[in-house]
Amino acid sequence: MNKILLIIQREFLNRVQKKSFLIATILLPLIFPAIMAVLVFVAVEQKKNATKEVVYYVDESGFFVPDTTQFFFRKFEGDVNTAKIAFQYDDSYGLLYIPAFKLSDPKGIALYTKVNPGPNEVGELERILENRIKELKMQRLNIDQKLLDSLRTNVSILNVNLSEGGQEKNSDSRVLFGVGMTCGILMYMFIFIYGAQIMQGIIEEKTSKVVEVIVSSVKPFQLMMGKIIGLASVGLLQFLIWIVLITTLTSIVLGFFCLEMPQQQMMNEMGQQNPAMQNEGAMEFLKMMGQIPFGYVIFNFLFYFLGGYLLYGALFAAVGSAVDSPAEAQQFMFPITIPMLIAYFGLFTFILEDPHGSISIWLSIIPFTAPIAMMGRIAFGVPDWQLALSMISLIAGFILTTWVAGRIYRVGILMHGTKINYKVMAKWFMMKG
Amino acid sequence: MEALTTSNVTKRYTNHLALDQVSISIPQQTIFGLLGPNGAGKTTLIRIINQIINADSGDIFIFGEPLQEKHIGTIGYLPEERGLYKKLKVGEQLIYLAQLKGLSKKVATEKCKAWIRKFEITEWWNKKVEDLSKGMAQKVQFISTVMHEPKLIILDEPFSGFDPVNAQLITQEILELKAKGCTIIFSTHRMETVEDLCDHIALLDKSKKILEGSKKQVKETYRSNTYWVEHKGSFDLPKTKYELLEQQNLEDSFFKSAVRVIDDTSPNQLIRDLTLVTEVHSFFEKIPTMSEIFISLVKGGKNE
Repeated sequence: MNKILLIIQREFLNRVQKKSFLIATILLPLIFPAIMAVLVFVAVEQKKNATKEVVYYVDESGFFVPDTTQFFFRKFEGDVNTAKIAFQYDDSYGLLYIPAFKLSDPKGIALYTKVNPGPNEVGELERILENRIKELKMQRLNIDQKLLDSLRTNVSILNVNLSEGGQEKNSDSRVLFGVGMTCGILMYMFIFIYGAQIMQGIIEEKTSKVVEVIVSSVKPFQLMMGKIIGLASVGLLQFLIWIVLITTLTSIVLGFFCLEMPQQQMMNEMGQQNPAMQNEGAMEFLKMMGQIPFGYVIFNFLFYFLGGYLLYGALFAAVGSAVDSPAEAQQFMFPITIPMLIAYFGLFTFILEDPHGSISIWLSIIPFTAPIAMMGRIAFGVPDWQLALSMISLIAGFILTTWVAGRIYRVGILMHGTKINYKVMAKWFMMKG
Repeated sequence: MEALTTSNVTKRYTNHLALDQVSISIPQQTIFGLLGPNGAGKTTLIRIINQIINADSGDIFIFGEPLQEKHIGTIGYLPEERGLYKKLKVGEQLIYLAQLKGLSKKVATEKCKAWIRKFEITEWWNKKVEDLSKGMAQKVQFISTVMHEPKLIILDEPFSGFDPVNAQLITQEILELKAKGCTIIFSTHRMETVEDLCDHIALLDKSKKILEGSKKQVKETYRSNTYWVEHKGSFDLPKTKYELLEQQNLEDSFFKSAVRVIDDTSPNQLIRDLTLVTEVHSFFEKIPTMSEIFISLVKGGKNE
């Protein structure tokens, strides 16, 4: 036991003392908020400077009432042919031609532009015209303007989760989607990066041939476990530093932008729409962020990282022990990465779309896919029994892979220049003491 | 009490038998040559003694006790496939390796420093191994094998990869360690090194021990009653008593002949008989070298 501690300590110091560790640990948390800050900044600036496009219109029907939320409408006095000629010498965005039409069958409405219009612009114009025609139709049905006004409503849906205890929780599925996606992708990356590091370390030990010196002092299994646990502790340290740095930096960045964008300005930008309601939406979003149980998510992330890392780390260790060079390792990496890839693609196809579907549940319980799949689901709320089952199966999973890997490792590290295939590895696995 | 005895040690790999009922016994304070061609099972036996792998059957006793985990610190092992952590500094590395052998950090540091001084390489303490030359790394490697003061030192092909200067230094160290009471197992397929270093030998071939004993005994056993004679003028000897194995013409009428005595005729009788037929210039017994014994045994085995 004492010797495992020595190996863990050595492995930990080796990695932590490297410059690359320092750089990765300090830079990464700086990069994320920096990217966020740049994006928020650009978005804010763009909104501030955005000028509404000018659209001229020729209205032969006489029905059109401009809605200036997205466009500045200017009426062109004259017929459509003159308008088209005039439009060519003008820098306005478009020319909307509304011929006389029957309300029951609006036809011949055209938008002339110099560049291809985006779907958003066309959609917005269609929406304006449709609303207007709807209003006119309703007027024909003798519904008065007051009633029409009262019919116009703005709806924004508020999601409320009813948890098992019957507590109401507001949630916004887009935020949960984002949290799930981020956690899932990070989990995939970290397991891969750390797993590959174990493998690389073992290949190094094998090719530098120091390994036989070491195993004359410690059992191969102790060496393998020492390395795996040593690297895990490096990973945990790195996470803790990241969490602290990211939380601090993010709150600084967010604080900065909240101060920059005072309520008044927000309201101005929202234009004619109900300012109170819009403001409420923004508040709602912040409240939503506040309601994601970050402590719970982080705890689970650490648990699944550790579990997933131990599970895959052992397999990577087995591969590293069997081969003589990283190039040779490639072919054996592939089958290991398949379950990870399944979980990764599952994340986007089922898990985030339908976090409580049966495929999602199974992926989050099978130990090979659980770390990534469960991270996708965790923010949406996972029943306790599923979480417990998943955790137990993950622990069982890594005990199994560690046992298998240990048996391959003890033989593999002493073999040089052997042609390796799965049959050979199976033979090593079966070999006694 | 022997430093190490193995009795009927057998190890089978999936499709071949690596060791077949191997029993050897290594007296204390000797240099013991474990000989054999490549693939004879030497490394397997050494790995079993180092508890890197387990024997399928058989017993091993080290200084009278059954071999157990606590004996790891008793043994110093220089594997044939050897190396060091390239990125680690010499000092750190030696201390780490000594700690793995069970020394406390304090003792390990003291011992390492003493050896570093002895080899006059103190200025390497903070150098990374990858910055050392091959010869320098070999010295560090040797220190890592002996610094925890093992009573049994196992050197697997110690001179392969060592330059002559280092090989000389290592030879000296080996003799010094023996004088201090250490027992040294010396595994090799290169017989020349055995000739002058080893006291005892065991010969493994095709997983079996085919010969064991002190160097003197072995040579005695494999005396072939053959004598070299340098003489002037060719000769004929009675075919019933002697066999002329070969005759080389050195120059003019000078010859060198190998003569084997068939029955228990004494060398003196041979000289007497020779003086009758030729002019004898020199006469000496053809003592087989270890290498010759080795080759004749291994080849003999193949012909069976």
